[in-house]
Formats: sequence, structure tokens, C-alpha cells
Amino acid sequence: MMLIRSVLSRIPSEIWTLVALLCLWQAIVSIFHVREILVPGVDVVLREIADNPNFYFTQSMHTLGNTLAAFVISVVFGVGLAIAIVYSKFLEKTLYAALVALNNVPKVALAPLFVIWLGTGNASKIAMGVLISIFAIVVDAVLGLRSLTPDMVDLGRSLRGSHLKMLIKLRLPNALPSIMAGTKVAISLALVGAIVGEFVAAQNGLGFVILSAQGMFRTDRVFAAILLLAVMGTVLFYFAEFLEAKLIPWHESHRHRSDPVTRRKPVRPPVNSASTDMSAPSVAVSKS
Amino acid sequence: MVATAISSAMEFAGGQSGRQPAVEIDGVGKIYQSSDGPVTALGSVSLDVKEGEFVSLLGPSGCGKTTLLRMIAGLEEPTSGHIHLHGRGLDGLGFVFQRDVLLNWRTILENVLLPIDFKNKKPKAYTEKASQLLATFGLKGFENKRPWELSGGMRQRAAICRALIDDPELLLMDEPFGALDALTRDELNVELQSLWQKTRKTAIFVTHSISEAVFLSDRVVVISDKPGRIVEVVEIDYPRPRSLEIREEQKFGRYSRHLRSVLDRYDMARRV
Repeated sequence: MMLIRSVLSRIPSEIWTLVALLCLWQAIVSIFHVREILVPGVDVVLREIADNPNFYFTQSMHTLGNTLAAFVISVVFGVGLAIAIVYSKFLEKTLYAALVALNNVPKVALAPLFVIWLGTGNASKIAMGVLISIFAIVVDAVLGLRSLTPDMVDLGRSLRGSHLKMLIKLRLPNALPSIMAGTKVAISLALVGAIVGEFVAAQNGLGFVILSAQGMFRTDRVFAAILLLAVMGTVLFYFAEFLEAKLIPWHESHRHRSDPVTRRKPVRPPVNSASTDMSAPSVAVSKS
Repeated sequence: MVATAISSAMEFAGGQSGRQPAVEIDGVGKIYQSSDGPVTALGSVSLDVKEGEFVSLLGPSGCGKTTLLRMIAGLEEPTSGHIHLHGRGLDGLGFVFQRDVLLNWRTILENVLLPIDFKNKKPKAYTEKASQLLATFGLKGFENKRPWELSGGMRQRAAICRALIDDPELLLMDEPFGALDALTRDELNVELQSLWQKTRKTAIFVTHSISEAVFLSDRVVVISDKPGRIVEVVEIDYPRPRSLEIREEQKFGRYSRHLRSVLDRYDMARRV
């Protein structure tokens, strides 16, 4: 009993929330006898995935590959652009202004253009992912790179460091928390971009699975793909969180993890409910 | 008045003819452009600091003493006059800021090694020296801690170690203990003095504490405000090492009262 309890307490609460949601889904479908073509039960969806593991694995990996490619390109170019914008008044007035204007165009509307330019292969999906996610990185990186305090600027100048030293030793590390915040948003947006790309024109990927299953009224397949996307998006987000904790363990938001004092689990307050209050004297009586 | 102050400073310089000037400040002024027109932060200041001398700049907030220090460090350009640093020049100075400016992404040891990193030298070769420096300031065992795990006094000690790591010829300090509590401040004054006695580095120390200035300095330079100018240079004739107890002595009291009266004369005491 103790063992089971200790094992159960180790499962993060996020998982419990997901399990509860799936149970709710199943319960609603069963109680209200929802037609399978509208919303299939959890059992049907899970069986669909279990019956075609290779198919779903291949399609998921396809989408995941494009998403990660888009994400990496976004981070590299986004941070690069941000550095250029911070160091050049000219680029700030031109490039940054152009990026802001571009960001206000509904980017999904550009997806068909990418197919014309880059074809129906991976390139157009990756481009879509980059287009949607890069803005989050650029904006947060620019903010972070600009937020070097006057004190730190003085410190760097008093050490007579080159611009490159100032950038690498002071400006970039100081901007990391901001960049990581942008990264967490961007990784989800890269997935959105990849799916949009697959919606427009593709022969594989989970977006393609959803679109083709919809054409055949295979609602179970649509839900299977959506479920996998939800899992993938969640895993990607926690991957970004993990990266953040590794890269900026010194930041306020992560300090408690490296602080041995607060690392301990908080001691539970003594239970002083009526039942324990009443049981205590009874134990004393039996002893006497 | 200004003229006599400068001439008294020069007489003093003459008395120590054996020592070379480390810093020559010649008619330095600073005018800022603000929205209400130009503001004179510093009138015209001339001062020589000898090699191995500890000089304090004492004055009310906003009198331009920090501006003067920043100009010596090359962080700001004077509007008029010249500053000449002998020896290694700007490469040979260590700066201790009012706030410690320790970098959270570096450990204490890595923070101390920052200047080495900036000057393209190998930090590995200086690790031993950095540890020793930290040990002299009572920070042994804190090498791998992060800045936020240290108290304010310990942080400022680490910042002093950082300023000293590359063996500067000139140590510039801008109210380094201003944000600390009185007891910690006393401790650090004693530690700074014993360090200075060992190394005899030329030091310029900005403060608005009269007793701190008297306790630490060979000379106290009093600066008035609006516009900032030198109104008196007081030589502190006290043998070293000085202990905190000398602050109770009559002689110390006379120095303090004199400096207070100089500040009063320029109607500055209430703002000190």
C-alpha cells in the first residue's frame, strides 16, 4: 500500500490532469451515446493508433522533423537578426519595421505562396514553421539584448572589452532568459506552421493524415492524429522548459531547483481534522 | 579659495617629491546637455594623485565627484581639460562600482575572473590567484556559489577581488560601501585598509561619509556642488595601520569637525 502510494505520488500532476480529461471524454461519449462519426470514444481512437503503430509513427516523425528544423532555423536566424537589429540603428528602422509589418499579415495566408515557391516537399513546411515562429524569437531577443543595465555597460567599458566581448560575455547571457521565453512560444508556433504547411499540400505528416481522413469521414483517424499532435506539442513545450532550466539555472525562475535549502519538499502541516483529534484520546485510553 | 586649495595641494605634492604622480588632472570640467540647457556638473578641477597614495573625494550627492571618477576611468569624456594616467593607463585600472554588478550567470570565482576573460588572457592561469584573493577577503569556500547566495557585504568583497585580479596600478572606488549597513561598512573599511597597506596601490575613493574618508585616506579632497569644484584638500596625518578605535580619539574628531565645517561653509553639510 505504501509502495503504491509512493509510486503514485511521483507521477506529475500534469499527467493526472490528462488522464482525467480522457476519462471525461470517454464518459461523455458513453453516457450521451455520441455517434462515432462525430466523436469516437477514447477506446476507438487508442485502438486505431495501436492497430497502425508504424503508420502513425512515420507520420508523427515527419511532422516532428519539420517542426524541429523550423524551430532550429528560427532560433539561429531569430537571435542573429536580433543582434543585427540591436547593433544597427539602420536595421532597427528598416528590418525591424518590416518584421513588425510582416507579423501583422495573417501568415497562414502565405502558405499557398510557399508551395508555389518551394514545392510540395519539406521545404515549404519548414518555411511556414519558420515564418510563424521566428517573430516571437526576434521580439524577445531584441528586448533581452537591449536590457543590459547601465551598470553592466560601465563594467564592460571599464574592462575595456571589445564589442564582441561585450556581446558574448555580457549582452547575450543577460538576454538568455528573454530569449528562452521567446523559444517556448516559438516551439509551439513551429508545430502550427508545419501543420499548416501540410494542410496546404503534402503527401505525409499528421496534417496530411487529418486532411485525408476527413475526406473519407474517418473521424477516428482525425482524432488519432489530433491526440498525437497534442502529445507532441506538450512534449516539445517541456523540452523547451528543460532547455531553459539547463541554460539559465541562475535565473530567478529556476533558482529553487539548485537551492539545496528549498529543494526539500515542504513538510505537510499536521492534520488537525476532527477525526484525528478524536482518535488521539482513544489511543491514550486503550494504553492506560 | 579655489586657488588656495590647489596651491595647498601643490605644496603637499612638493613635500613628497620622491613619488611620481600616478594621475594628473588638469583643469577638468564637465558640462551636460539637458532639456533645460547646459548643466555644469564639474567646474574646473586640478589635482595630482601620487603613486601609492589613497585619496578620497568627499562631497554632497550630485557634486560631480562620481563624474570626476568616471572621467578618470575613461567612462566619460571631459568637456574641458585633460586627465593623464601614468603607467599602463586605462588598461591598468580596477573599478569598484556602487552596486557590485556581479553577474548572476557566473559563479563567484568566475565573476572575479571576468577581467581576465575580457583581456583575452587564460582564466585558468589566474584561478589560483583569484582563490587567494577571495580567501584574503574571507570568502574561502564561496568560490562556486552564485552571487545571489551571498550577503551584500560578501558581494561587495567579491567585486573588490574582481577589481584587483589583473593587478591594477590604480584602484577607483565609487561609494563602494554606500549601500551596506554600518557594521559591515566598518569591517570592509578595515579590510580595504589592510589590503591597501599590503599592496600600496594608488587609490581614489569617492564617498559622502566624513569618517570613512578620514579613516581611509592620506588626503581628503572636499568637493562642493553647483558647480562641482575642489574647495579644500586636507592631509590626514595618522599612522597606519589605523584601527576603528581611532574614531573615538580627539585628533580624529578634529579632522571630522574641520571637514564638517568646510562642508558647512559651502552650505553642503545638510545634504551630505
